[in-house]
Amino acid sequence: MAFYETVFIARQELSAAQVEALAAQLTGIITQGQGEVAKTEFCGLRTLAYSIKKNRKGHYVLFNSDAPPAAIQEMERQMRLNEDILRFLTLKLEKIDSNPSALMQSKHSRDSRERRHDSYGENDRREVLDDAEIEILAPGTGDEE
Amino acid sequence: MTDAPTTRKPFFRRRKTCPFQGPDATYIDYKDVKLLQKFITERGKIIPSRISAVSLKKQRELAQAIKRARFLALMPYVMD
Repeated sequence: MAFYETVFIARQELSAAQVEALAAQLTGIITQGQGEVAKTEFCGLRTLAYSIKKNRKGHYVLFNSDAPPAAIQEMERQMRLNEDILRFLTLKLEKIDSNPSALMQSKHSRDSRERRHDSYGENDRREVLDDAEIEILAPGTGDEE
Repeated sequence: MTDAPTTRKPFFRRRKTCPFQGPDATYIDYKDVKLLQKFITERGKIIPSRISAVSLKKQRELAQAIKRARFLALMPYVMD
């Protein structure tokens, strides 16, 4: 048995209930293969950074599981066959973290960080300072930059 | 940064240290878009470690995390 983390992106047309059904189906595959799913996170509908198969948004779902490799392989095979799943990524972990992942927290902060720096070099020192300020401001003031 | 120590600007440029090392180091997670965003340019390219002062080992981890985030469409490959 090993620890795995799987993230998959489902098509935006699916309803939340359908996504949950899909996740339950994949969880079933793991439990059938003598594995267990420690945590399932539905990260909701997020805007994709680029369109995948003409989709601009997608439902993100994250699994943490403790399963034999065969079960994971079977789950991946099913995900490949399923048209509703745009993309998935499975990673092997050293240990499972039971806290909610960063994906849940940063759900709405994606678009607020547009200004970025390209011309590094002379003014990089100032940039670092800017970032430090944001760090201090963020917990108190919420979403403001 | 071609100027020799003698011809430096009057203020002392503090040597930046790796943000992922030390006791309060943050874990590099590919899902943590907010963190990773600090290490890409506005074009979406990974900032070289000589600019960001990330250590070589952590830069490799960071690059891997950014590439994973790109694959999952959490971050763009190119921004324009």
